[in-house]
Amino acid sequence: MHKNVVFQHRWLPYLLIAPQLLIVLAFFYWPALQAVWQSFLLQDAFGLSTTFVGFENYVELIRQPEYFGAVIRTFVFSALIAGSSLSFALLLAVMADKPLSGSTVYRTLLIWPYAVAPAVAGVLWIFMLHPSLGMVARGLRALGLDWNPLLNGNHAMILVVLAAAWKQISYNFLFFLAGLQSIPKSVLEAAAIDGAGPMRRFWTVTFPLLTPTIFFLIVVNIVYAFFDTFGIIDAMTGGGPAKATETLVYKVYLDGLLGGNLGSSAAQSVLLMMMVIVLTAIQFRYVERKVTY
Amino acid sequence: MVENEGIRRYVAHAILWLGIAIVAFPVYLAIVASTQDAASIANGQMSLLPGGHLIETYYKTIFVGTSGSTREPVGVMLMNSLVMALAIACGKIAISIISAYAVVYFRFPLRMTIFWLIFITLMLPVEVRIYPTYKIAADLQLLDSYAGLTLPLIASATATLLFRQFFMTVPDELLEASRIDGAGPLRFFWDTLLPLSRTNIAALFVILFIYGWNQYLWPLLITTRDDMQTIVIGIRKMITTSDALTEWPVVMATAVLAMLPPVVVVVVMQKLFVRGLVETEK
Repeated sequence: MHKNVVFQHRWLPYLLIAPQLLIVLAFFYWPALQAVWQSFLLQDAFGLSTTFVGFENYVELIRQPEYFGAVIRTFVFSALIAGSSLSFALLLAVMADKPLSGSTVYRTLLIWPYAVAPAVAGVLWIFMLHPSLGMVARGLRALGLDWNPLLNGNHAMILVVLAAAWKQISYNFLFFLAGLQSIPKSVLEAAAIDGAGPMRRFWTVTFPLLTPTIFFLIVVNIVYAFFDTFGIIDAMTGGGPAKATETLVYKVYLDGLLGGNLGSSAAQSVLLMMMVIVLTAIQFRYVERKVTY
Repeated sequence: MVENEGIRRYVAHAILWLGIAIVAFPVYLAIVASTQDAASIANGQMSLLPGGHLIETYYKTIFVGTSGSTREPVGVMLMNSLVMALAIACGKIAISIISAYAVVYFRFPLRMTIFWLIFITLMLPVEVRIYPTYKIAADLQLLDSYAGLTLPLIASATATLLFRQFFMTVPDELLEASRIDGAGPLRFFWDTLLPLSRTNIAALFVILFIYGWNQYLWPLLITTRDDMQTIVIGIRKMITTSDALTEWPVVMATAVLAMLPPVVVVVVMQKLFVRGLVETEK
């Protein structure tokens, strides 16, 4: 854990670490503490006076059916993104793992969406599925489907999920491919000699050996769906129609921005912080296990 | 293995090409749309083949901007995005490598406390502390400035961890040898450690450049002036002006321009990108 040979210096190490420490204190810890403090305060409608109200903001929040709705919505949203993106990426990774000619070309052609900004991904998908001018939307209408994400909440949700999952495919694909390539070929050959067909080999050998990767990716995808989809939602739906695509993070943003309800917004922030801590802890526990294997 | 590999291989090729087509289609459509005239797109009469307005649209997008409003031309936004992405990537690497150096190569009071303080910021993404952070930036007069766009995003627990991990694997003999040569701590860092870290720095740079370029929430809060906007924010504002007035070819050209730099970085520096992605996840 520690170096045996080190330098001796009175002030140099502090000087070296100072820039990072100052930024961390000013822009991370101070605001986080402010959020915690504000979550115990209640501001009157004009922002003239504040009173300490203890856990009232939290109690209020948990009582609100709207907040409960946003929690459920965020979980459904995350599950849909993780489910669709992971299964599509796994299919492609399994195909790309075969000894094919041009497999490096496939990799190049599949990893670039990682670099597309979430908001830009949102704009691309709106353009395809815009009810009046979108090319794909016209196709759907021709099939008799009354597609309108501007009015129909479920359609809006599908739209946001598609854009978010699309962007995450390349990430999942890369990690699945790495996971697949680390499975020893001898195990699969042994299964083949025992008479297991390709499907059977996949479900009884490959898939179980891939579970650490799958588990890791599920956590990463949930974190992505929670926090990194802000740009997608803001560009595509703005949380609408009628809050149908308002996730927890987007609600914090809207409540603080429009409602000016800082106490409640801060309480929501604190609850989100707790969720990040839990997710990060799970992620690190998994990483630890991977190292000790 | 023993089955008829031929057919399976064709199926695999077919599925992969289908997957690529699905993944690439939205971008293809954007490129095609940026070469067509606004009226046919607005009527839903868009063709699937490129039109003849390529140069006209991109010229207008980069140098003029949308006609309906007073928005800045996209060239300005591109410049802002570039400055922000480079400043964030270089800044994160610079302050992380020196703090990792301090933590690994020195013993000083509060060393581990400070290290943990940096580490825990992993759990405090900007999304969970939006308004208090905004308020501090406002109090420090950082609104509408490059410093405001970049400084609060420059701390990096991931990069610090990565460099720390790497420094731990550097053999002690190197330090002893350069000591015998009479090198002090700064000399050792500059002449020995920095050259050894080159690949790590490059891999990290690729990931952080993309991270910086694609920032959304923070620039949205911190910039109000049009000439300080980044391209990712600018594009979103182009659509929210009344639907009928949206100039879709310009919007799509902006989307293409917004995607181009990070995508080129990923494709050209693929090896470094994959390495950076895997390393930052550890």
